[in-house]
Amino acid sequence: MSTTDVQTTETGASASASSDSTHGHDHDHPSFLAHHFDTPEQQFDSGKLGMWLFLVTEVLFFSGMFCAYAIFRMLRPEVFEGCSQFLNTKLGAINTGVLLFSSLTMAWAVRCAQTEEYKKLTALLATTLSCAMVFLGVKSIEYSHKWGMGLNPAGLFTYDPANPHPGGHPNYLLWLCIPFIAITIGVAIWLVVSFLKKNTFQFECAKPLLVVCLSFFAGVGLGTILESGESAEHHAAAGDHGDGDAHADHAVADHDHDHDHDADVEAAVAAMEDSGDLVALEALAADESNTGLQNQLDARRRQYEVAGSSVVSDVDEVDGTIEKATQNVFTPRTAGVFFSIYYCMTGIHAIHILAGIGVLVWLLVRSIRQDFNRQYFGPVDYVGLYWHLVDLIWIYLFPLLYLIR
Amino acid sequence: MSGHGHSDDGTDFAHPIPLPLLFGVFFALVFLTIVTVAQASFDLGSLDVAVVMAIATIKAILVALFFMHLAFDKPFNIIVFVGSFVFVGLFVIFTLSDSQLTSDSFEPKIDEPVVAEASM
Repeated sequence: MSTTDVQTTETGASASASSDSTHGHDHDHPSFLAHHFDTPEQQFDSGKLGMWLFLVTEVLFFSGMFCAYAIFRMLRPEVFEGCSQFLNTKLGAINTGVLLFSSLTMAWAVRCAQTEEYKKLTALLATTLSCAMVFLGVKSIEYSHKWGMGLNPAGLFTYDPANPHPGGHPNYLLWLCIPFIAITIGVAIWLVVSFLKKNTFQFECAKPLLVVCLSFFAGVGLGTILESGESAEHHAAAGDHGDGDAHADHAVADHDHDHDHDADVEAAVAAMEDSGDLVALEALAADESNTGLQNQLDARRRQYEVAGSSVVSDVDEVDGTIEKATQNVFTPRTAGVFFSIYYCMTGIHAIHILAGIGVLVWLLVRSIRQDFNRQYFGPVDYVGLYWHLVDLIWIYLFPLLYLIR
Repeated sequence: MSGHGHSDDGTDFAHPIPLPLLFGVFFALVFLTIVTVAQASFDLGSLDVAVVMAIATIKAILVALFFMHLAFDKPFNIIVFVGSFVFVGLFVIFTLSDSQLTSDSFEPKIDEPVVAEASM
């Protein structure tokens, strides 16, 4: 039989010995080689073709969402431009880097499985898993921040520019963290128990997995630092972006908390400056005792307080034409559709990351068991292909969602 | 057939990618990510989407060729994978052209009334 020729590597030989004892067949084949395959290569190629076909279904599956994105962006380019200002580019860029690095470690892990470097293989799989967890940690910061602001999918969209940080909502971040906290505690208990029971294999599995679980919280910490930096900058440079509506509202709403008249005027001036009303600004700058203009600002401030909405920032829409009116992209309906698309695409991507974590944990355990060798590295390769596809989708998602101006 | 000489019977099918190549691809990807973030601060007008998609596509090709081993893979796998993008293209083009013709019926031009526009 050709299968006997294949039994030449040390690991292959030991595997075949164990297979003899378990199967008790007269023929001699390695335990990793299924009966219906002649050679390990045939088995590998069949599995790989199956994986490629699965990836094709994944590509077609995601293309539906990219198509929805394309339609809505074609119909409402201004909505995408406006709403993507709410997405934190720094967090997106960090997540892109994390995912690219995990792709590198995954590709390296495939190499280590092929060259039978088991220690390295385990370490690299654990690194890939840790990167996946960091990604999810950063993602939970993004999601909880947006939910807190009411930037929800259509139908649930409750964002109010006048009150961008409403209270009274549940602590979304905590809810997102609870499953991970539970799993971390579980793995920690498993680690201690396996250590006390002197179960070396389980202990070896639990050690990297605890590091992986803790990486989620590292991601949360990283996200918190970047998000706070961004929001400070966000408020300072409110309305820096072209359309600036909501950002100017941000600034005004924040300054409104202290009932200092001067601060309000300054905020309104800042809002006007940002919204490009240079004529009014110059008039004010030329004569500080221009009470008429200050009265106007005061009136606008009161109006703003009464209306509880965006009065001051709409100062650039003096002409009040219908074209200008439709420019407001932060209506629940249009912005809601953008955020529906955003949550759908990134959410399903995150579900793919979770699934990837599941299969990577399986690989990690098998790698500690030293299941793989130069003739049987298929599972590592297939999971690698899946992981790279997830990375590939993010490569498109990041610029399409986060980098629109 | 003994030792590690598998290549003669075709069983040595593992092609470990050299580490310098892996790291080279990784750094190229990071560089392109920095480029794509940096270009977002320049106004390229209508070219914007094209540039962004071009950079993303270069990155995707790098990942597919080297990380996913497509450069060294069986031609059939390449045909299967690349073929799927042909169908994605057909799908998106047909749906987009259709929605362009019928969009008014499901995406009215006038949005719902905007709040607090009446200040002026």
